[in-house]
Amino acid sequence: MRRIISVLLENEAGALSRVVGLFAQRSYNIESLTVAPTDDATLSRLTLTTRASDKQVEQITKQLNKLIEVVKLVDLTDGEHIERELMLIKLKATGAQRAEIKRTADIFRGQIVDVTNATYTIQLTGTTEKLDAFLRSMADATVMEVVRSGVSGLSRGEKILAL
Amino acid sequence: MLSGGDILIRSLQEEDVDYVFGYPGGAVLHIYDALFRQDKMKHVLVRHEQAATHMADGYARSTGRPGVVLVTSGPGATNAVTGIATAYMDSIPMVVISGQVQSHLIGTDSFQETDMVGISRPIVKHSFLVKKAEDIPMTIKKAFYIATTGRPGPVVVDIPKDITNPTDLVEYSYPAEVAIRSYSPASKGHSGQIKKAISMLLSAERPMIYAGGGVIQGNGSELLATLSRKLGFPVTNTLMGLGAFPATDPQFLGMLGMHGTYEANMAMHHCDLILAIGARFDDRVTNTVSKFCPHAKIIHIDIDPATISKNVEVDVPIVGPVVNVLSEMNELLDVSWVDRSSDQEKLLAEWWSQIEGWRKQDCLKVERDDGDTDIKPQEAVQAVYRVTNGTSYVTTDVGQHQMFAALYYPFDEPRKWINSGGLGTMGFGLPAAMGVQMAFPDEVVTCITGEGSIQMNIQELSTCSQYGLPVKIINLNNRSLGMVKQWQDMQYEGRHSHSYMDSLPDFVALVESYGHVGFKIDRLDELEDVLAEVYSEKLKDKLVFVDIQTDPEVHVYPMHVAPNGAMRDMWLKKGVRT
Ligand SMILES: Cc1ncc(C[n+]2csc(CCOP(=O)(O)OP(=O)(O)O)c2C)c(N)n1
Ligand SMILES: [Mg+2]
Repeated sequence: MRRIISVLLENEAGALSRVVGLFAQRSYNIESLTVAPTDDATLSRLTLTTRASDKQVEQITKQLNKLIEVVKLVDLTDGEHIERELMLIKLKATGAQRAEIKRTADIFRGQIVDVTNATYTIQLTGTTEKLDAFLRSMADATVMEVVRSGVSGLSRGEKILAL
Repeated sequence: MLSGGDILIRSLQEEDVDYVFGYPGGAVLHIYDALFRQDKMKHVLVRHEQAATHMADGYARSTGRPGVVLVTSGPGATNAVTGIATAYMDSIPMVVISGQVQSHLIGTDSFQETDMVGISRPIVKHSFLVKKAEDIPMTIKKAFYIATTGRPGPVVVDIPKDITNPTDLVEYSYPAEVAIRSYSPASKGHSGQIKKAISMLLSAERPMIYAGGGVIQGNGSELLATLSRKLGFPVTNTLMGLGAFPATDPQFLGMLGMHGTYEANMAMHHCDLILAIGARFDDRVTNTVSKFCPHAKIIHIDIDPATISKNVEVDVPIVGPVVNVLSEMNELLDVSWVDRSSDQEKLLAEWWSQIEGWRKQDCLKVERDDGDTDIKPQEAVQAVYRVTNGTSYVTTDVGQHQMFAALYYPFDEPRKWINSGGLGTMGFGLPAAMGVQMAFPDEVVTCITGEGSIQMNIQELSTCSQYGLPVKIINLNNRSLGMVKQWQDMQYEGRHSHSYMDSLPDFVALVESYGHVGFKIDRLDELEDVLAEVYSEKLKDKLVFVDIQTDPEVHVYPMHVAPNGAMRDMWLKKGVRT
């Protein structure tokens, strides 16, 4: 099952490599990973998605918690949550396809953020599923470049991950 | 105002460090100079950095206090890696200080630069790269705190050379306390869980107590003995847990696992309740996990939540220090034990009589054909046990000799059996024994080794001369990498691919060249007498190396049948299985 694990980490050199190293070392997989400092400059927030059974995710969270620099963590997929990913996609856009691409981007609430005679660059945010769906809908277009941020997320309602 | 080098030394003194095991080099010259100008701490100069880590490890295992290592950057640091991994796998408290190249050279592939924090990352509890001299005291404070609390482990502190520069002076004060917001090991077990465990103990029909190294590390041996005697339950220890419960006690069934006793493994397989304490259901214990103890409910006490249900699903986890949890259990039992019904007493008695039946198998009996006069390695260990009255510290290396020592030298006290269980590091035995001897100069320290393993750190004979360490080395010399050969006999139709030791040195001459005493024994009838001399008052202050020529054909039994075997599936002797 797909999991989204969100981690508050001491914002220190080397902390990230311990998290990533742990996954490699114990052969857990990482599908996506995002990390940036938070409003509290001493903390980073790291979100990673992985595929794991209940038993595996229990081990993953316990092993993560053992890392000295991990302050707190939550498995967002345990409860209701919001997840977002950002994608920038550059496509060949000429002739009749130009209008078609724009229409589809609109349907997905994408924005065209850069334009040349022959290309569009579209920015899209949403769940991983939505971004995947958009990519599938562009199957007939020529996709030149795709960059995705990886998933970020937090719990719905009053539940928070903070010190 | 002090230099970084002096600050480091002062900080170590604040932590009551009495020995530093190390080896100098460019990146730690400032630190060595600071060491030279003090006389509170002693430095032990080894002959290879791996040995420094094992010495610190032996010191830590025998005393319960953290071992301290000092090595230079690059090759000094990489040489220490095996010893750090060894300590990590067995949860041994250790602080390793490694020199690093100057800050401005880091990342430039400079001379003797290695990314020590990176290399050691998967084998440390934590590590630090120190950025400025002012940070040294707090870093050292944290390093000792992390290494010794919770589930102990090695901590690496990497210090760039410029930070210890004698000409850069900064304010020094040592922190009285330390708090790390992201680190708070459990301080007591969950009372509700403990109560649940007690009621399970009270209603068990075929219980087993399975205790591991955590009981020793957590100083819980006495409490375990109290608990076990109150309950009257059978006890087994892991390889790491030997000595956690007195081995000569009738309630003790011996070691369990791959080379565990018949009675311990059978009792585990058939029990209906396991009380696991400071043990981690290692694959060398469980055999095939899906077949592990099919009838048992499991209570698991451990300081590390991550060991709970990692390999084997448990029913009642209790996370906390063994001392607190066992004390609480003992108190509860004082009150509730009387509630136990006479039915249960009868069932426990039946369980014991079943166990006595397994004991009759006498699985450790030493086999000998008529006319065979070879020294059996088991007999050599038994003789050492007799001559030392079972009170010696015993370190081992890795191989058959290690298992023979574990099975034939029963330990009645914790911290006397010192061996690399998790990593299985050949080369551990001698330096570990040296660390023990440093900590306990007046005690008898024995290293039971093999001719393969001893050669992995034999250079330390020189260190022993320098510091006058009277370790007794018992070399069970079977002219082969016995454990490898045994597997080849059993699984590769006896094809002995590179498992023999050719070109062995004359060990007696070798040790004599270092100024030690050597004996060679090749006859059974001289075994006891020579050993008596080895451990005599006359040789008390000498390192003695005893090269015992043992029968190379002997296998270690019992041995789990693998793959796909359960706890109860064992080879009992060559070609004979359960
Ligand atoms: C550093 C290291 N390398 C390899 C091994 C694999 N190994 C395990 S036991 C063994 C043989 C040890 O031979 P010896 O020390 O003579 O002991 P014996 O089994 O003969 O008693 C080997 C090679 C190991 N445990 N450690
Ligand atoms: Mg050998």
